[in-house]
Amino acid sequence: MPVVLEHLGKRFGDGAPVLDDVNANIGKGEFVALLGASGCGKSTLLNIMAGLEAPTSGALEVPSDGAAFMFQDAALFPWLTARENIELALKLRGVGKAERKAKAQELLELVHLGTAGDKRPHELSGGMRQRVSLARSLAQDRQLLLMDEPFAALDAITRDLLHDELERIWKETGRTIVFVTHNVREAVRLGQRVLLLSSRPGRVVQEWAVTEEHRTDAGLAGQLTGVITARLREEIRRHAK
Amino acid sequence: MPSKSLSSSAPDAAPAPSPEGLRPADEASGSDRPDATPWAASGAAPASTQHVHAALTRSSTGREDLRELESGLDSLQSDADRKHRIDWSRVLLPIAALVVLVLIWQFYVSLGVKRRDLVPGPMDVVTQMGVLWNEGKLQEAVWTSMQRGLVGFVISVAIATPVGLLLAQVAPLRRAFGPLISGLQVLPSVAWVPAAIIWFGLTDATVYFVIFMGAIPSIINGLISGVDQIPPQYRRVGTVLGASRLEMALQIILPAALPGYLGGLKQGWAFSWRSLMAAEIIAVGGTIGFGLGSLLDQGRILSDMTVVMSAILLILAVGILIELLVFGPIEKRLLRSRGLLSGSTR
Repeated sequence: MPVVLEHLGKRFGDGAPVLDDVNANIGKGEFVALLGASGCGKSTLLNIMAGLEAPTSGALEVPSDGAAFMFQDAALFPWLTARENIELALKLRGVGKAERKAKAQELLELVHLGTAGDKRPHELSGGMRQRVSLARSLAQDRQLLLMDEPFAALDAITRDLLHDELERIWKETGRTIVFVTHNVREAVRLGQRVLLLSSRPGRVVQEWAVTEEHRTDAGLAGQLTGVITARLREEIRRHAK
Repeated sequence: MPSKSLSSSAPDAAPAPSPEGLRPADEASGSDRPDATPWAASGAAPASTQHVHAALTRSSTGREDLRELESGLDSLQSDADRKHRIDWSRVLLPIAALVVLVLIWQFYVSLGVKRRDLVPGPMDVVTQMGVLWNEGKLQEAVWTSMQRGLVGFVISVAIATPVGLLLAQVAPLRRAFGPLISGLQVLPSVAWVPAAIIWFGLTDATVYFVIFMGAIPSIINGLISGVDQIPPQYRRVGTVLGASRLEMALQIILPAALPGYLGGLKQGWAFSWRSLMAAEIIAVGGTIGFGLGSLLDQGRILSDMTVVMSAILLILAVGILIELLVFGPIEKRLLRSRGLLSGSTR
């Protein structure tokens, strides 16, 4: 079990808790979508899993070699080409120079950017940048991949394609993926399980399984999307004054 | 943080939950009451919904299809490659501006408002430069000053860069020395000339000392402000990628701060050139060689305005040449490679 969260809580200073009593188990090779409205502490939870922040209470278990992380903006380094960005991740992991080159090309091919490796980030479109960013996070070679709304800033056409792309890469690489989103359709499209986080404090309030049938039957997927949306809105309505 | 003690007690869930594996919490799941959902309620027949794709289900038919779609979208979303040609207006416009200024100067002189020995015309100055060239004084002065300026600048960079990185990365150091460094930048480095003469006498050490006091603080400040402007995301990426403190400083912080650092270098060069001129004007004689500042001072002593104007124009020319041949191209290249130049008037 790569990720176990037990009674996890987080508060900043003396403020109200951001996360309270979060419990979740995520299995090896599983694709979990973490869904919630704005301000529910999704990103904080992800940061805790990545080791960027420490929880204030509870316990968590993550793989001892840490996690790969993909941000909402591609966060590529503008002074490096696409290939060099990937190579830097390999370098910081301690991969030798000769191997770096081959591995970087392999990863570029994986995200269908084999010929764009020498371009700088500003010469790439948003979707291409995000694919380079995905390749870079795969270069970290961690079993656990944490994704913080990676497609939120993309146009709808690109996003649909990247959903297919991510699903393909997940199947090819066998990574465990925790995918944070506020988009119900995206959660249903990608996750094997959808965890709904409540807002202020964040807590896992409900979860749904998404099956292979949901991947091919739009009616079924639409139904589930509707159900989850209804539950999410109920959660938002709770905060109305 | 990873505590392996938790893992043994937890049951191993199947990686892919089957439809029967719905959680107890999932009471409202739509499978048992399809009528409640807007999609089913809209009356669309199941057969037609099978073909609805966008975002709800897989929308491509396989790896090859996906590759083709993506490459089509990539080429639609990428700018066509633009060729860079030599833009003659970059060369001609500055020359035209120069010609206009010289013509205005000549016109003013030919009006005869002031005595010719107080305000010499362009031709008088050019003639004087020719004389200085034939005497070998011009070459000597330019060479001596440039050599000192460059050596002093290079040493300043070598000192200021590690100090700047250290100050930018270590908060207590920055808090302690930051105001002092900013203050030193405000203090005109000419103010150090009397002290330097008392300490080092009329030697090259005096000149270099004044250059250092001018250039080092401004390079440090440029580097610090460059580091301050780095998007916080870059550091987070560095942390996530597992960079050590030193790797973070050299592989991420320094290249990210390069535009600000380069600004500091430019200013540092300007400060060292100015300080050098000031030092050369004030400290003349001893083992200090004959530089452009010395030439300027000599013109003053001889009350020869053409020599003074020649020296001023040469000092200016060296400054412009260094900017055009060294800093300009480096800066342009740096900014263009990061996509920061589009829309600027450069």
